[in-house]
Amino acid sequence: MSPPPRTAPIEVLLVEDNRDDAALAIRALEGAKLRNRVTVVGSGLDALAILRREDRFSDAPRPDLILLDLNLPGKDGREVLAEIKGDDMLRDIPIVVVTGSQDEADVRRSYGLHANAYVIKPINPKAFLEAVGSIEQFWLQIVRLP
Amino acid sequence: MTSGAVPIEILLVEDNPGDARLTQEALRDAKVRNNLHVVLDGVEALAFLRRQGKHAAVPKPDLILLDLNLPKKDGREVLEEIKQDDQLRHIPIVILTTSQAEKDIIESYRLRANAFVTKPVDLEQFLKVVQSIEHFWLEIVKLSRP
Repeated sequence: MSPPPRTAPIEVLLVEDNRDDAALAIRALEGAKLRNRVTVVGSGLDALAILRREDRFSDAPRPDLILLDLNLPGKDGREVLAEIKGDDMLRDIPIVVVTGSQDEADVRRSYGLHANAYVIKPINPKAFLEAVGSIEQFWLQIVRLP
Repeated sequence: MTSGAVPIEILLVEDNPGDARLTQEALRDAKVRNNLHVVLDGVEALAFLRRQGKHAAVPKPDLILLDLNLPKKDGREVLEEIKQDDQLRHIPIVILTTSQAEKDIIESYRLRANAFVTKPVDLEQFLKVVQSIEHFWLEIVKLSRP
């Protein structure tokens, strides 16, 4: 039994300051089988503002899934992760960390902060597209989102 | 991506022998080498994770597949205990259950489940779902393995 068909598109929030990586991820996500809408923000502060619908983000939809880079300008991805997972209104939104860091300390710390999954960003663009495709396939087609 | 050298240790907490056997079969053909350990109830799951009693020599799991409706100690309690334990909380837990109840989905994410997957009744679909879990968590995700 697959998840029941949803009428509204799945909202994905991509927090990524690298434009090339963001463009690739959007390509992978928008080419997906399921209807989804990707919103990109380039900093940790904007990520929190959009989640809390502050200021210019007052009409922003609530994301169903967040893809979060760790190394971000302004507010670091680790802090963003800790804030979201410490917020009773937001903590049930799955967060997949997508980062260049292979450091075991980052991996363990991210899971300790309740990241739902940790994916290392492949350097090769084709492999990166495939990785985002796998994230899409698992989270949007297999998993039951809240 | 995960290294293929050391097999990935998976703990399956499942009281239904048919489902456990199917999961075992689906994982046996996986690209990534893995060892599946099956325990039948919540109390035994925690004893395994804490290496108590007859589980003194077991490896530490890298990934947990957890049913919600379990004898002795419920899957929800097991989930909560693991995610509150500093020594265990970094281990990803995928809920694998027949429940499709929105209440169970939201409660599981709030208790820090890493992902919630509904067990399909159809055999072929069930195998496909386990293979998707395998592909994402064993081939794409970086697990915390010191």
